[in-house]
Amino acid sequence: MMAELLVPFGYDYMLKAMWVSALVGGVCAFLSAYLVMKGWSLMGDALAHSVVPGVAGAYILGVPFAVGAFFSGILASLGMAFVRQHSRLREDAVIGIVFTSLFALGLLMASIWPTSVSVQNIVLGNILAISDEDVVQVAIISAVSLGLLLLKWKDLMITFFDEAYARSIGLNTVMLKALFFTLLSACTVAALQTVGACLVIAMVVTPGATAYLLTDRFGRLIVISIMLGAGTSFVGAYLSYFIDGATGGVIVSLQTLLFLAAFVFAPKHGILAGRRRAAMAGAPV
Amino acid sequence: MNMIAGPASASAGVIGQAGASISVRGLTVTYNTGLRAVHDASFELDPGTICALVGVNGSGKSTIFKAIMGFVTPAAGEIRLSGRPVAEAVRRNVVAYVPQSEDIDWNFPVLVDDVVMMGRYGHMNFLRIPSRADVYKVHAALERVGMSEYRKRQIGELSGGQKKRVFLARALAQEGSIILLDEPFTGVDVKTETAIISLLRELRSAGHLMLISTHNLGSVPDFCDQVVLLNRTVLAAGPTAEVFTQANLERAFGGVLRQFNLGGAALHDDEDPRGLTVLTDDERPLVIYGDRKGQSAPPAKRPGEPTS
Repeated sequence: MMAELLVPFGYDYMLKAMWVSALVGGVCAFLSAYLVMKGWSLMGDALAHSVVPGVAGAYILGVPFAVGAFFSGILASLGMAFVRQHSRLREDAVIGIVFTSLFALGLLMASIWPTSVSVQNIVLGNILAISDEDVVQVAIISAVSLGLLLLKWKDLMITFFDEAYARSIGLNTVMLKALFFTLLSACTVAALQTVGACLVIAMVVTPGATAYLLTDRFGRLIVISIMLGAGTSFVGAYLSYFIDGATGGVIVSLQTLLFLAAFVFAPKHGILAGRRRAAMAGAPV
Repeated sequence: MNMIAGPASASAGVIGQAGASISVRGLTVTYNTGLRAVHDASFELDPGTICALVGVNGSGKSTIFKAIMGFVTPAAGEIRLSGRPVAEAVRRNVVAYVPQSEDIDWNFPVLVDDVVMMGRYGHMNFLRIPSRADVYKVHAALERVGMSEYRKRQIGELSGGQKKRVFLARALAQEGSIILLDEPFTGVDVKTETAIISLLRELRSAGHLMLISTHNLGSVPDFCDQVVLLNRTVLAAGPTAEVFTQANLERAFGGVLRQFNLGGAALHDDEDPRGLTVLTDDERPLVIYGDRKGQSAPPAKRPGEPTS
């Protein structure tokens, strides 16, 4: 029994998958702590889908996928900013239009010029078959993002919490937000490899949302979020060896389970705690 | 819970510098949309002043705030804060900003302590690791506004007045000599309003300069010694007694202000011609007794407050 459970650790490709997933999951979870606080969760989804044509194009041209993804991510952001400024549409409509257009373009490109990478790999991810070059790219993206976030997490927190004040003490909030969205695009690209474009949104939303139910301090929220993101990604990749399922599906299902647990049982912000408080308040004193 | 919420106990270390001044000369701000928000505005404020910035919505109050904090670049004119250009003053943490309550996300996972510590960030190095002095100043600031016992509360769990005091404490911890307050009395009970005003007076005695954007016309004569009346430009600026008159207010507010006039005959059965005028911008109204439009409002007394 025990030997059987250790089997995945005997394979290089499994080890690679587990560690890369954990790294990407951790960094995405770091970003999710900020994203859920701003009501910008859909931006993560939008970015993940928008980079698909870039990734497809990069494979077609044989350049590193991060380069292509970066360009289409920038294109998407500029597109959204342009449509919002020059129309009366609301933000969600603009996001919806721009990201679906780019996603469609990506699918189209991948089916017209079939490459070694199938559409399915981009949309659903395939961490178990990740190439060594891609591992290097993902590792570099994650490490740089993690380093920058560790240096700037407090500045980003003030910017997200009270932007006017952040500016009044001399923080360059425009640069900080640009940094955040650059990291977000970079990390969603990295996460494409593990869970695919469709489920990236979970990686940059669910851990932060779960952690938010568990603490009232932003620093702790980040730590909890990272532990959840990295832990579920590692375990998810491990489990996918046994159930032979898509890694992305397993990882995100685990994250959802933990979210539901927090939603119900969180000591202060869970449903049960709320019921208890209501009962206490209703009871005669 | 510790109950050491004495207002005046820990003042040392929180109030330091004096000598704050604001000089706005010929300020014109035009936004990208082509909107000229403020045109040729000029006023001067000296240390130890509480100044009200009064005008209708869209009269340029927030634009003036933004210009003082360096968020907008003037199309013309110049602002100097304590003799320094805005960018340099901001770098030196001269300006402390107390935002409107509506601009804050009260569900954000930060404790009272965390918010006040943000006031120290401008003084820390780029990693923002608080020193022992920073921690001490945060405690002192919280004690000064009487919020020490709420240190570990999440900010959304506080009442309207407590929320205001926390952000005031952040401004104190920042040790800026110029404090900008954006609608500090909105959603605040009279007791907290009185507490805030007495704190502002203490800060004034220490040489701070406070600029307050407010719709609360009634309290202006109580504690503001200067008034700047705005409507896209400075209509009038100077000592409250000279500037805060019914005639000037009508000029600043046009038809927006609610006005009730009760003539002497309606009030009493004698020859006394004096009447009562109530001016309100839908917050605490300004009440003027007298018969002449140019006459200024006498400061009204609040309960539990010494006459100055």
